[in-house]
Amino acid sequence: MKLRLGSAALTGALVGALSLTGCGSDDNSGIPGALDFSLDDLHCGPDGTLLASGSSAQANAMEVWVNTYQTNCAGSQVNYKATGSGAGVQEFLQGNTAFAGSDTALDADEIEESRSVCRDGGRALNLPIVAGPVAIGYHLPGVDDLVLDPDTLARIFDSRITRWNDPAIHRLNPDARLPDAPITPFHRSDGSGTTENFTSYLRAAAPDSWPHEPDKAWAGRGGQAADGSSGLVGQVQQNEGAIAYFELSFAHRNEISTVRLDTGAERPVAATVENAAGAVDRARVVGRHGDLALEFDYTARAVDVYPIVLVTYEIACDRGNEPDSVGLIKAFLGYAASEEGQRALARIDYAPISDPIIDQVRRRIDAMA
Amino acid sequence: MDPANAGDGTRPGRDGTVRLGDRVFGGLAKGSGITLLLIMAAIAVFLTIRAVVAISRDEGNFLTTFEWDANSHPPVFGIAVLLFGTVVSSLIAIVLAMPVAVGIALFISHYAPRRLAAPIGYLVDLLAAVPSIVYGLWGALYLVPRLTGFYEWLDHLFGWTGILSYNGTPARSLMSVGILLAIMILPIITSVTREIFRQTPRAHQEAALALGATRWEVITTTVLPFGRSGIISATMLGLGRALGETMAVATVLSPSFLINASLLESGGGTFAQNIASQFKEATSMGRDALIASGLVLFVLTLLVNGAARLIIARRREYAGNAG
Repeated sequence: MKLRLGSAALTGALVGALSLTGCGSDDNSGIPGALDFSLDDLHCGPDGTLLASGSSAQANAMEVWVNTYQTNCAGSQVNYKATGSGAGVQEFLQGNTAFAGSDTALDADEIEESRSVCRDGGRALNLPIVAGPVAIGYHLPGVDDLVLDPDTLARIFDSRITRWNDPAIHRLNPDARLPDAPITPFHRSDGSGTTENFTSYLRAAAPDSWPHEPDKAWAGRGGQAADGSSGLVGQVQQNEGAIAYFELSFAHRNEISTVRLDTGAERPVAATVENAAGAVDRARVVGRHGDLALEFDYTARAVDVYPIVLVTYEIACDRGNEPDSVGLIKAFLGYAASEEGQRALARIDYAPISDPIIDQVRRRIDAMA
Repeated sequence: MDPANAGDGTRPGRDGTVRLGDRVFGGLAKGSGITLLLIMAAIAVFLTIRAVVAISRDEGNFLTTFEWDANSHPPVFGIAVLLFGTVVSSLIAIVLAMPVAVGIALFISHYAPRRLAAPIGYLVDLLAAVPSIVYGLWGALYLVPRLTGFYEWLDHLFGWTGILSYNGTPARSLMSVGILLAIMILPIITSVTREIFRQTPRAHQEAALALGATRWEVITTTVLPFGRSGIISATMLGLGRALGETMAVATVLSPSFLINASLLESGGGTFAQNIASQFKEATSMGRDALIASGLVLFVLTLLVNGAARLIIARRREYAGNAG
């Protein structure tokens, strides 16, 4: 009993410490300590310990899932280290972890590489399991509501629109009192899935104004850089005229105004969990041979679709997982993909995966061996 | 007994026997020395192997390319910007910190009343105990916003040079990094030089006083010449810390893979900062590229230390006579 108590405390401390050091990038924990994690109908797997690492964008979702799972299945431990997607995938492909969390789906080469860690001819699967809106936060006293379209957004972040009273911004916000002040766009200085998703959006929705290829590293011209989403938040708060992109929870917790996006729909869409879920509903599965890698329609025009979304995957073997831990992997991921698991997301500013896709995720998890 | 051989465990004692304690201690000391060499060699070998792999696949020029695109296919990366940023920010730090550190050290060793000297010494040493991430946060949240006015003034006076022009954007630049690094390396330079100044032979100082020297003349004729090699090695220690500083730079600097002619405007990067920023999301190729840049930093640090040794060796005669 004493032992179990100790290990639970240790896990708690680990998760806490890791979400703190979680590169400051995506530490959106707003999870109250006294939250009740107990659940009646959670299907527990066999006892054991699960090691996993990867994306820090899903760290808070993981924290809730891990806490809930461990509270209800006392013999199990899940250690998720938010090391960043690249490091997580690396560790998984070296066979050090049971599954990885990643902001980008494994590509064909990496799936091929996974055959060396997945036994019995198995290979790695991309399982989309968490999504979230990427908000555009800005700091402009006197302007509470700001509407931008993809084209203007791309030109601001590429340092081609440099002042707030630019005609292009004025046209979208005829009633706002835009100051004659410089715009300081901020981007991530560290490699980040958030950057990749944001620039994928700019590339797809405003190809004429955003000539750069989407990448985890920032490719735009000019502007300033800061480390992690929390670094961007700090700079936006500190500098009048700043604008930056980060996960919605950062904007909420720091009371930063976010841009409404003029996608061409009847009215501009706000960055909310509901509108992000609308975008996830319209996502298309592009993975082949049972893989569930997703592609978004960044040009969607609907009043309930906020198109800048980040989806993060769990990556595990379809066959040939470690025999000792496969039962636990299935039980834990099964819970995360379950209705309860997905419902827990909205409370912490993540969006659930849409029903037809999450159904497929559940089936893949059931079939894992 | 020749003190140079005192550590040799096989040397017989007065009665001709080799004592167990001598042998054990000698072995331990030797072992520690060899371990250090092995660790250094292991690091060098590891860095070199990974770096060679990365550099051989680099589609850019490793030394001159102004880009870091190591995760893409094909990888294109070069260290020019990082080398420039690392050297420039560290030089700014040294130029700012050294005179102040020597001043503090002289104040503590020769000017301050005894009651004041000890607390000031403690305070300076305390600066060295502050974790670098705390310096980084202080720098980013407090120092940088307050530098804007100073930079505007510099721009007003020296903006025509191009090096000190300033466009009013947040001052997260190599100059700000240099200023922060100067504060961070102040304690190490101060404490080393302070100890050296304290060791200036009494006889020298009293001789100077007897010849009618003022306190200032005593310092310029005895303390500073005696401490010169100490000042240099202290500065090199500080430079070593500045070159390798990671978190504080990553927090304060707004990096980019362009060299901005102005030191006051954002841009540039350093080796350690770039590794910290890129490592988390790097592919295996990207990781090897970062390790290759780490190797350059390793070599740079070795060169700096080697240079310091050379200078100290040349100055040794004076210090030797004094002793």
